[in-house]
Amino acid sequence: MDEIMLKIDNVSKQYKLGQIGGTTLRDELQRLRAKRRGEEDPTKRIGAKDYNKGETFMALNGVSFEVKKGERVGIIGHNGAGKSTLLKLISRVTAPTSGFIGMNGRVASMLEVGTGFHGELTGRENIYMNGAILGMTKKEIDSKMEDIIDFSEVRQFIDTPVKRYSSGMYVKLAFSVAAHLDSEIMIMDEVLAVGDMAFQKKCLDKMSDVSKSEGRTILYVSHNMNTIRQLCDRVVVLDHGKVVFDGDVEEGIGVYMGIHDNMKEYVELRCLPRDPEFSPHPVTMTSLEMLNTHNSLCNVGDKITVRLLCDSERNIEQAFIRMIVKSGEGTPVTMMTTEEGIHLKAGGNSIECTLDTSRLVPGRYSLSPVVYEVNNLGVNVNLDGLKEVMGFEVAVTQGFNNNMPWMPRYWGYFYNKPIAFKWREHRGQS
Amino acid sequence: MEENSTFKTVITSDHKLLDLHLRETFQYRDLIFLFVKRDFTASYKQTILGPAWAIIQPLLTTVVFTIIFGNLARLTTADVDGDFVLPGFLFYMTGNICWAYFSGTLGATSNTFIANRGTMGKVYYPRLVSPISTALSRLVSFGIQFTMLLCFWLFYVIRGGTSIHITPMLLMIPLCVLQMMILSTGCGIIISSVTTKYRDLAMLVGFGLQLWHYGTPIAYGLQLIPEKWMGLYMLNPVTPIITTFRFGMFGFGYFDLTYYLISWAVSIAVFFIGLILFSRIERTFMDTI
Repeated sequence: MDEIMLKIDNVSKQYKLGQIGGTTLRDELQRLRAKRRGEEDPTKRIGAKDYNKGETFMALNGVSFEVKKGERVGIIGHNGAGKSTLLKLISRVTAPTSGFIGMNGRVASMLEVGTGFHGELTGRENIYMNGAILGMTKKEIDSKMEDIIDFSEVRQFIDTPVKRYSSGMYVKLAFSVAAHLDSEIMIMDEVLAVGDMAFQKKCLDKMSDVSKSEGRTILYVSHNMNTIRQLCDRVVVLDHGKVVFDGDVEEGIGVYMGIHDNMKEYVELRCLPRDPEFSPHPVTMTSLEMLNTHNSLCNVGDKITVRLLCDSERNIEQAFIRMIVKSGEGTPVTMMTTEEGIHLKAGGNSIECTLDTSRLVPGRYSLSPVVYEVNNLGVNVNLDGLKEVMGFEVAVTQGFNNNMPWMPRYWGYFYNKPIAFKWREHRGQS
Repeated sequence: MEENSTFKTVITSDHKLLDLHLRETFQYRDLIFLFVKRDFTASYKQTILGPAWAIIQPLLTTVVFTIIFGNLARLTTADVDGDFVLPGFLFYMTGNICWAYFSGTLGATSNTFIANRGTMGKVYYPRLVSPISTALSRLVSFGIQFTMLLCFWLFYVIRGGTSIHITPMLLMIPLCVLQMMILSTGCGIIISSVTTKYRDLAMLVGFGLQLWHYGTPIAYGLQLIPEKWMGLYMLNPVTPIITTFRFGMFGFGYFDLTYYLISWAVSIAVFFIGLILFSRIERTFMDTI
């Protein structure tokens, strides 16, 4: 039977809305006097509404789940879903409003790397410092010192004060300490988002390693679905302080994507507001539907089929469709268009388009459809258009990019055919 | 299904009145040691004189006191009536290093939560580790200063011509140091707990300590206080500590058991109130700070 390492039972965390903290005794006294005289609060900002007063906000609302030994659980959810609050409660930074959290074993929380680092101390001294804050004893740190220094790749500078380190070196050193903790439960909040790619991969591998070989339990929060896929074998999806999904990674990511507004496979377009460049619009797109995706998800190499419905005011002989693909962050990636004109009849039209998205790298994208015609002068005339109405995600597949995460920031959004090469032995001085 | 009681660590919303995590704090003793070391080394890094600064500061203060309060203002340095001969220099130095420890520890521990929120907001460790290590690292400085005091003391003893002699009261000195530690840390953690919500108190600390300094016989002897105000004056818990400390060092001086015990009672009470407040605040201070 698998031992339960972490049990979270009906945990809630309530925050007061409005201004809390940062108040002074004088303010408090003034407020008290005004209240007794029935005057307006003198410390309130002019024009500030007090509808927040006394109201509370449930950052977490009855969250329950259990984690068994050796599980690597990813916690995903949109900003404000309560992920960080949950991690704060588990790592005992703050206490829950109600509920029960039970843990079997030491918890190492890495909500930040380099906690407790002091600029004046050397790298080696800081390893002791950071290790001790994370709960290691001096003896444990001594026994791991060499491993930590090796892993951090900064051996050369280990006796230099860390205030002279580059930020990359700083992070590497800090992560190395955390990665060598002997704790049974590790909690990480996107700490892998730092450091260069090679180091990120090294860290992920190290985490997987210790989890598999030593049966350590990992709780990992990230917005990066690729690292979640690489590291975790289970995900918990949070939304508005509640657990909405708990289980398989891919399914969970699908649920998470589904929570997002534009991650729908069918969108009504008729009533969406148009930009000035598309109004008036003689053609009205009424809906867009993805036909061959599952939860707006497709794999690398897949083509997407969409059905566009549109109403036209008149017969249009030569209409064209343009599909603009933007990345999740809004960077235009590419555009696809029809080569032959489509004959649109007055009234309803249905057009099924196959979009070749097979070269898109894993990640999230959005579609912006435009209907246009080319007039007698060869000029493009817009008939209708909408921006970023539908989202989809390209999922990573086994073997893609030699199983390393793709970094669009450095490599762009398109991948090409693998490099063809010939090998032969080469000898002698040129 | 396992029962909730089988877990080694349990986090719930309720808490006991006095939940000190003493055993846990003891497990983190390496961290206390490292904090002490960090405080000490970091404060003297990139200085030419290094730890010598621990000596220079009280030495200069003592010289200034000797000139201003001794030679110019001619305030008495006598705690009791009698024909005692005592170098003013030694008198001021004794008071100064005691006060430096007391006010330094109080000032630093009163900042515990605000100064450490970066660390405490990210990682759990028993919060009491911070004030304890502050009090201990100040004790290291105090030790250095006390050694300096002993050197001057020995010089005067060997040279002779003073009323200094060794009495069993010398044994009271460690007790006085312990009491200073408890009282200053107690005040400090009370202030640090309250300042998580009201920052005013942080402003008051510097000013308050200055007033407290004038209300304590550091720059003058106890003889300066009129008889009718003595009862009130001695309620300042630091006064009996200072006078007893001087009695121990010089072998003569003022010692009243009643006042001394009251001072201890106040110290212990302050310390426990501090601990209760601290343990209440430490669980959720991150939400209000």
